[in-house]
Amino acid sequence: MSVPVRVRNLEKNFGRYPALKGVSLDVEAGELVALLGPSGSGKTTLLRAIAGLEQADGGQVLFGDIDANSLSLRERRIGFVFQQYALFKHMTVFDNIAFGLRARPRSSRPSEAAIKSRVLDLLHLVQLDGLEVRYPAQLSGGQRQRVALARALAIEPRVLLLDEPFGALDARVRKDLRKWLRELHQRTGHTTLFVTHDQDEAFELADRIAILDKGCIEQVGTAAEILEHPATPFIDSFIEGIARREAQARDWTKPHVVASR
Amino acid sequence: MAMSDRFLPLAHTPERATSETALTRAVLIAIALLFLAAVLFLPLVTVFMEALRKGWGTLFESFSDPDTLAAVRLTLIVAAIAVPFNAIVGLAASWAIAKFEFKGKNLLLTLIDLPFSISPVISGLVFVLLFGAQGWLGPWLVAHDIQIIFAVPGIVLATVLVTFPFVARELIPLMQSQGTSEEEAALMLGASGWYTFLHVTLPNVKWALLYGVLLCNARAMGEFGAVSVVSGHIRGLTNTMPLHIEILYNEYNFVGAFAVASLLACLALLTLLAKSLLEWRFSDELAATARRH
Ligand SMILES: Nc1ncnc2c1ncn2[C@@H]1O[C@H](COP(=O)(O)OP(=O)(O)OP(=O)(O)O)[C@@H](O)[C@H]1O
Ligand SMILES: [Mg+2]
Repeated sequence: MSVPVRVRNLEKNFGRYPALKGVSLDVEAGELVALLGPSGSGKTTLLRAIAGLEQADGGQVLFGDIDANSLSLRERRIGFVFQQYALFKHMTVFDNIAFGLRARPRSSRPSEAAIKSRVLDLLHLVQLDGLEVRYPAQLSGGQRQRVALARALAIEPRVLLLDEPFGALDARVRKDLRKWLRELHQRTGHTTLFVTHDQDEAFELADRIAILDKGCIEQVGTAAEILEHPATPFIDSFIEGIARREAQARDWTKPHVVASR
Repeated sequence: MAMSDRFLPLAHTPERATSETALTRAVLIAIALLFLAAVLFLPLVTVFMEALRKGWGTLFESFSDPDTLAAVRLTLIVAAIAVPFNAIVGLAASWAIAKFEFKGKNLLLTLIDLPFSISPVISGLVFVLLFGAQGWLGPWLVAHDIQIIFAVPGIVLATVLVTFPFVARELIPLMQSQGTSEEEAALMLGASGWYTFLHVTLPNVKWALLYGVLLCNARAMGEFGAVSVVSGHIRGLTNTMPLHIEILYNEYNFVGAFAVASLLACLALLTLLAKSLLEWRFSDELAATARRH
């Protein structure tokens, strides 16, 4: 089901401002890759270009070995979760999740009964059983986030793109969702690229991490690789906090330190 | 996982927005009410009283006058063409302006406002200059035996022009504030552009659209200036209700004039009633969607 995503020398300019300057990145089938970088580094732009919401000025995106440009948005089958959820606010949770199935052309549209059972399955998957009659305005931020994810999963995507999925949530909820997303990914195995500007999140969740700065990929690698061999001074300073925390965690011998924070 | 912790709004004491004394307030309210009564309510009552001066019999008699019936029919026909036309074109224009980037957008915005800022008489004269016998296209129209000025097409055109901004003005700010994120989400879920428009864009603006249509309708039925210029005032043929009222009045047929006027007022009141209902409904819904976001 899942396909690898290959980004080759992707360029994107907004007017004369280069937001992406030749970005190359591979996400293998079923892999979970975090896209990390400071604000304005081009993370959202890269995600939108892969999704086809933004027309790139140069370079190529491949799904498997098919050029993305030859595919319509529908044919790309990308599950996209937006930074601000973008739920349909005039629809119930149920209708939100069912949207992608109902929007299919008649020939490939499942029956209402099949749609219903699929939506209820997804609600169960994202742990929102019983909330299908609510409207987005009646949900908490974390619940909305999971509705957005369920909606994206409903179309049986081949690739999941998540833009700061937990960006708007408080630290505790973020941690819960992080663990939950990791488990979900292990179960469903989608090729996943998710954006975050939270180092801890990236290092805890991802198989590999890609660090973006000013429209360029600075380094791609596993958490250990990046922590041990930061490729550039920028990365060195960018991951400083994490390295320090990791070191502290290793040196933790006195439990009373925890109690006194 | 549990997501029960919510922030409760802090209890807050109602603050007085102003510091006027009770007396000042009472005086201000009284002035406003008196003004409304004198300027809005009294004339309306007068219209109905004048219409009924010689009793219900005469009132109904004046409705059975064929010219009056023709005027009512024409007004309804013109509104039935102009309002759907403006609703569709206004919706399309708002959609383009709010959801897409293109050159000349500001010019388009200014053009949409134009009918509001120029006098309706000028709007009418524009069509006379274009389509009149002495106008630019006049000779060609005469040669092909097409009548626009002093005929129904001219009246429809003038009404369309004058009432165009109502729908677009209502929709553009709302659509702009809603942005394009829901549309993008729909496209990513595989919906076609048309499906997205019908199931995402349109439901999000439906109350504003209805509201704009009602305002547009009220103005379309009541328009006098622009229509007066292009109509030619041919009894039973090109007189709309407002024009017919003027003619009857000038002929000292007061009961007739006020009978038609009261009918027009009733249509306006109906529209107003519908609008209030919508406003009530609309604000409710807006509040619901604005609460969190
Ligand atoms: N539509 C646009 N028009 C002009 N410039 C844009 C547009 N979108 C993004 N940019 C610019 O491109 C750069 C990259 O933006 P992008 O949204 O990809 O950053 P980001 O890495 O997602 O940042 P954040 O973490 O704050 O979300 C920024 O400098 C931004 O100002
Ligand atoms: Mg971003």
